[in-house]
Amino acid sequence: MTTQPTEVLPTMAKPSTDPLLDVQDLKVHFPIRRGVIFDKTVGHVFAVDGVSLTVQRGETYGLVGESGCGKTTFGRGLLRLVEPTGGKAFFDGVELRSLRGEKLRTMRRRMQMVFQDPLSSLDPRQSIDGILSEGLKAHGLYANREAANRKLRQILTAVGLSASALRKYPHEFSGGQRQRIGIARAIILQPELVVADEPVSALDVSVQAQVINLLSDLQDEYGLTYLVIAHDLAVVRHISDRVGVMYLGGLVEEASSDELYEAPLHPYTRALMSAVPVPDPVVEDGRQQILLAGDLPSPANPPSGCRFHTRCPWRQQTKCDTERPALREIVPGHRVACHWAEDIRDGRIRAHDVAIELIRPEGGATAGPQVTQVAAEMAGTLPPGGVGGV
Amino acid sequence: MALLDVRDLKVVFNRRGAEPFAAVDGVTFSVEPGQTVGLVGESGCGKSVTSLAIMGLLPKRGNTISGQVSFDGTDLLRLSDRQMRDRRGRDIGMIFQDPLSSLNPVIPIGVQVTEVLERHRNMKGSAAKKEAEGLLKSVGIPDPKRRLTEYPHQLSGGMRQRALIAIALACRPRLLIADEPTTALDVTIQAQILALLRRLVEETGTALIMITHDLGVVAGLCDTVNVLYGGRVVENADRHLLFAEPRHPYTHGLLGSVPRLDSNRGEPLRAIRGSVNDNIPWTAGCAFAPRCDHAINMCVEATPALENDGLRLLRCFNPVVPAKQGAKA
Repeated sequence: MTTQPTEVLPTMAKPSTDPLLDVQDLKVHFPIRRGVIFDKTVGHVFAVDGVSLTVQRGETYGLVGESGCGKTTFGRGLLRLVEPTGGKAFFDGVELRSLRGEKLRTMRRRMQMVFQDPLSSLDPRQSIDGILSEGLKAHGLYANREAANRKLRQILTAVGLSASALRKYPHEFSGGQRQRIGIARAIILQPELVVADEPVSALDVSVQAQVINLLSDLQDEYGLTYLVIAHDLAVVRHISDRVGVMYLGGLVEEASSDELYEAPLHPYTRALMSAVPVPDPVVEDGRQQILLAGDLPSPANPPSGCRFHTRCPWRQQTKCDTERPALREIVPGHRVACHWAEDIRDGRIRAHDVAIELIRPEGGATAGPQVTQVAAEMAGTLPPGGVGGV
Repeated sequence: MALLDVRDLKVVFNRRGAEPFAAVDGVTFSVEPGQTVGLVGESGCGKSVTSLAIMGLLPKRGNTISGQVSFDGTDLLRLSDRQMRDRRGRDIGMIFQDPLSSLNPVIPIGVQVTEVLERHRNMKGSAAKKEAEGLLKSVGIPDPKRRLTEYPHQLSGGMRQRALIAIALACRPRLLIADEPTTALDVTIQAQILALLRRLVEETGTALIMITHDLGVVAGLCDTVNVLYGGRVVENADRHLLFAEPRHPYTHGLLGSVPRLDSNRGEPLRAIRGSVNDNIPWTAGCAFAPRCDHAINMCVEATPALENDGLRLLRCFNPVVPAKQGAKA
């Protein structure tokens, strides 16, 4: 059903070409503290360790990665829900990290968030009316009961709920409906940027599709800019214009959605793509999987050099374990953080087997995990046992 | 003869002060020796309760289980607790979704593996330890000797799931039930575990029931697939046929709802409207009718039966015509 949203929610997009969001080298490091009397900092968890990206007005930027890669912390750090420890973030030209108090509060109206778990992010003792009008009141958009009511009804219609929902409480809704309420709460403040952290991962497949379609409809209607954070590459690819792939606190690849799927350049992206199951037996039987060995290393003690080198099937003897690769543009609009991206793309380097490394946290975080390499059987371009200094 | 033959399995939860609820409402399927069978459905479709009922793991009080679960000719539902304990772990192994909560947190991994060996294979002491070491090695856990002395919290999620698989396979069961074994894991770890399961099924010749909500997992792993809705099987077919020509509107809708990595991005997803809450009871008609685009009057007047059309089993009065759908690949 169509309403006249423009009348209530004027499109906020200004005729401007500079990016809505410009993040430069954002860092979020969490201190690891020890001790009862002396609160000593004995190390840091490098949750987000230097991420730079820009989001254009009206586009959907998808941030994808596995658990522990720092994607959620990045979203929260951006909105200052956790305090970043370094870097800059410009929103519409304003540096977010310098904002304090009232200025930050009013700025938050323009950047809203949709959370993963719709039940725990909605107050169980507040009616939907209360949940939705609270934001309006906080930001001085609540003129009077009647006008607000009209607005609430309109927003509910826009997200596909009936006006009778206003008097109900979160527990009375299904998971999909709750997520619609979470989305309504975010967009009722007419934000420009919506950060959606795993917006559909708690939902069943059939309902997930409804919410994905809803997000895209709302974007068209209100001219929203999305930063979608998710672990499901298929979902992210479907809804995003551009996709950034994160691994262990850093961005390893960034490209347009189609480009990333057709020509992934970073070894991690390739492995990730090949691991996503496709609901089609013909495709599943025919494709070659790149199985990654081992688990994600601890972000408290990330590997030296390229963070992916411990699991990378294309790892080379030089550079990989000593130099951290910078994100560089290889093809216009396609950035990769890999020393050997061109060689891998052109087939000059072949993949080889990687033995699993055992990482044992021993002797506390000060000493750091000891890395024991069980065996280094490398085939292909490297002679067996040819990797020194691990 | 089928290894496992589930016939008209019904699990009804009796609720105080409310109508009894049929979580599983007459599920029928069979598993041949060495075959991998998928049970697919969304939350609330009864797939997990089906597996718990087969394993005899549902509490005795508060629910009514009826129907037949014959494993190799014996009806598991008629066995005493004692007889069932002998079978569980020996003939049928099970892997659960959350490996952390299905392993005992205060007992080392080694003891949890040897426990099964001592109970069912009469192995003791160093022989059991040696076997346990071999088991951990076979599921791809590096440095197994050391892992045996460690506790579940010292292992990563993927390693825990591997340990759980090792325990389930300790007695070389003829049937393995995997209930969402990769749902709690990351995709790259999921790929590792699925590859492991595929290899073990091939090597040991065990039959596998794969319970999952992820159609992608089923597409690559299962021989035949049962799609569950509202506690009943609505479609059963060979995986190639099911994915190429889904005929039940629910299966068809599910496949349309999943964003595919290789799909055309521009088109919106074909979502199924409503949610599981909109179901009507099977006694009144087709449970899926309120959400179905193909629903006709008959769907809310009579209950469709699971009918065999030669290639597949289908429970629908007005199935999707395959011609216009075809294979999307």
